[in-house]
Amino acid sequence: MATVETIGIRKHFGDVVALDGVDLESKEGEFLVLLGPSGCGKTTLLRIIAGLEQPSAGDVMIGRLVVNHLPPRARHIAMVFQSYALYPHKSVFGNIAFPLKAQGMPKAERAKKVEWAATMFGIERLLGRKPRELSGGERQRVALARAMVREPNVFLLDEPLSNLDAKLRTSARNELLQFQRSVGTTTIYVTHDQVEAMGMGDRIAVMHQGKLRQLGTPQEIYDEPNDTFVAGFLGSPSMNLVEREDVIVGFRPETFLPRALSTAPRNASVRFQVRLLRVESLGSDRLLYGVLRGPSGEQQVIAKLSSTVPLPVHPGETEEFVIATRDLRFFDRDTGLRTQARSFSL
Amino acid sequence: MAARGSRWNRFSVLRALREVAHYGVVALFAFFAAFPFLWMLITTFKQTRDLLNRGNNPFLYNEPATIENLRVLFFETQFAQWMWNTAFVGLLVVVITLALALPAGYSLARLTGRWGESLGIGIFLTYLVPPTLLFIPLSRVVANLGLQDSLWSLVLVYPSITVPFSTWLLMGFFKAIPRDLEEAAMIDGLSRFGAFVKIIVPISIAGILTVVIFTFTLVMQEFVYALTFITSSADFTISVGVPTFLVRGDVYFWGSLMAACFIASVPIAILYNLFVDRFIAGFTVGAVK
Ligand SMILES: Nc1ncnc2c1ncn2[C@@H]1O[C@H](COP(=O)(O)OP(=O)(O)O)[C@@H](O)[C@H]1O
Ligand SMILES: [Mg+2]
Repeated sequence: MATVETIGIRKHFGDVVALDGVDLESKEGEFLVLLGPSGCGKTTLLRIIAGLEQPSAGDVMIGRLVVNHLPPRARHIAMVFQSYALYPHKSVFGNIAFPLKAQGMPKAERAKKVEWAATMFGIERLLGRKPRELSGGERQRVALARAMVREPNVFLLDEPLSNLDAKLRTSARNELLQFQRSVGTTTIYVTHDQVEAMGMGDRIAVMHQGKLRQLGTPQEIYDEPNDTFVAGFLGSPSMNLVEREDVIVGFRPETFLPRALSTAPRNASVRFQVRLLRVESLGSDRLLYGVLRGPSGEQQVIAKLSSTVPLPVHPGETEEFVIATRDLRFFDRDTGLRTQARSFSL
Repeated sequence: MAARGSRWNRFSVLRALREVAHYGVVALFAFFAAFPFLWMLITTFKQTRDLLNRGNNPFLYNEPATIENLRVLFFETQFAQWMWNTAFVGLLVVVITLALALPAGYSLARLTGRWGESLGIGIFLTYLVPPTLLFIPLSRVVANLGLQDSLWSLVLVYPSITVPFSTWLLMGFFKAIPRDLEEAAMIDGLSRFGAFVKIIVPISIAGILTVVIFTFTLVMQEFVYALTFITSSADFTISVGVPTFLVRGDVYFWGSLMAACFIASVPIAILYNLFVDRFIAGFTVGAVK
């Protein structure tokens, strides 16, 4: 077991700055999710931690040791690639045994370990097959088994579920989490899917344009976003961001309620006049799309209501919507960073 | 009933016709490929008189079969020695070609950007310079190295043809292999070299076999260098020895010539047929998804 730490990691490919000073520290045995939009540098960071890429500047530490100069094989890590990277010319058994063989483990012991890993992921009956004879879900399990079989100190996963169909992805997510809990190996998991990140991570590191924007538990990230990027990236639909004077006021769609449904007292809430455009039903929820007139023109806002409450407003009407003051978040208009709560004119 | 019966018949007739056409085409190609071997084999055992009589059916033994041609080939020429020379040069050239082209092709495949591409093209271009243009300057090189009249001159010169082509061919194979595979192997405990040997080479086996056969065939049929650099008959390779000794002025020893060609080409044909499945698999099967 070990922790992973990156200190001031920078990486550029020619003119492209992929990572722009990333400081990240994992905790012992935690499931840390790297979350960010495509192209923000998640894979690059993971590859630098693995030693497949050299940082342009900065240090990588694994288990409190600087490992910059160590090749991947000496870092005692395991990695699952997005493509799974199964060796096509080897059987499933050969694939899982490969890291053990590279370690020089005797044959009998190897067979036992492979058996153990295969059982853990329920792929014992596939051991004789070649990768091309497996389904996507089976390949993913083989890749996990191959990564785990030598009990690495750190487990790196790069979007391992993105090649699975939606249904399989949910079950694979649970299995993976359960497995990680049972072995307790420090895990860094890359994804661009915020639902996956919220559901799986002990903590989430949100990245954007090569920078770490925020590191915290899913609840912290969701409730107290550091900046407008994080606020806008998480949640579905994401936080409403409304410009008022020199601040941006943010509020989550589920805290934005028609007056008839709000319990917030008048002195601890803010009211907006909203013209409702349309209502979209998502089954369990309803999304209310509206516009809000402000000093600088109209702004789109979304409210989210449970389908179980009757709708007190109708498209085309202008209604009063209420947000409790404690649900408001404020951001600087120029930097996008979180600022103190303050009053503003409606 | 009658209508249905006739319709069914029409279908089965059509299907039978399709089968016939299918096998007909296959048989045609098989015959086309095998015909030279058949011709060589028939001619090998024919008496010269039988061969030269225009009234005779060339596919039949109009006079009794004979092994005289084989006797001439093996006991009146140094054919066995030439075979050995060819095998010796061929084997060494294969080894040298693989030793250079495998690492070169791999480096070029993994060297990203403009440089990899243009270097690859540049290397391929050198393959296009014909031996007929190069044999004069190269004979100076060979002479300066003191290798005239030695098989080693061929061992040295042939890779100048085989290495560029093989590098280029292997580069294509390596490019088709996702980097993920060798990176996974490096994380799983191997060095880059180890990953190359244990993962990349086995996956590229079809490409490597292609290189082996290409190289060996080239050594067997190359004529210009073999003729220029070697003068003593004991050091000839097949491609020079056979026409030199079995074509005397305008007298062709057809029977022995055909015997020599047959004996030389059959091993390659067998080798190729043994691995044909691997070739096709290697050219068509994707590695990862
Ligand atoms: N080998 C490379 N050469 C050049 N640019 C690269 C390379 N790898 C990544 N990049 C660039 O670095 C940025 C981050 O890429 P990546 O880490 O793959 O993002 P993510 O995994 O978050 O989608 C992208 O702009 C990408 O184009
Ligand atoms: Mg990526």
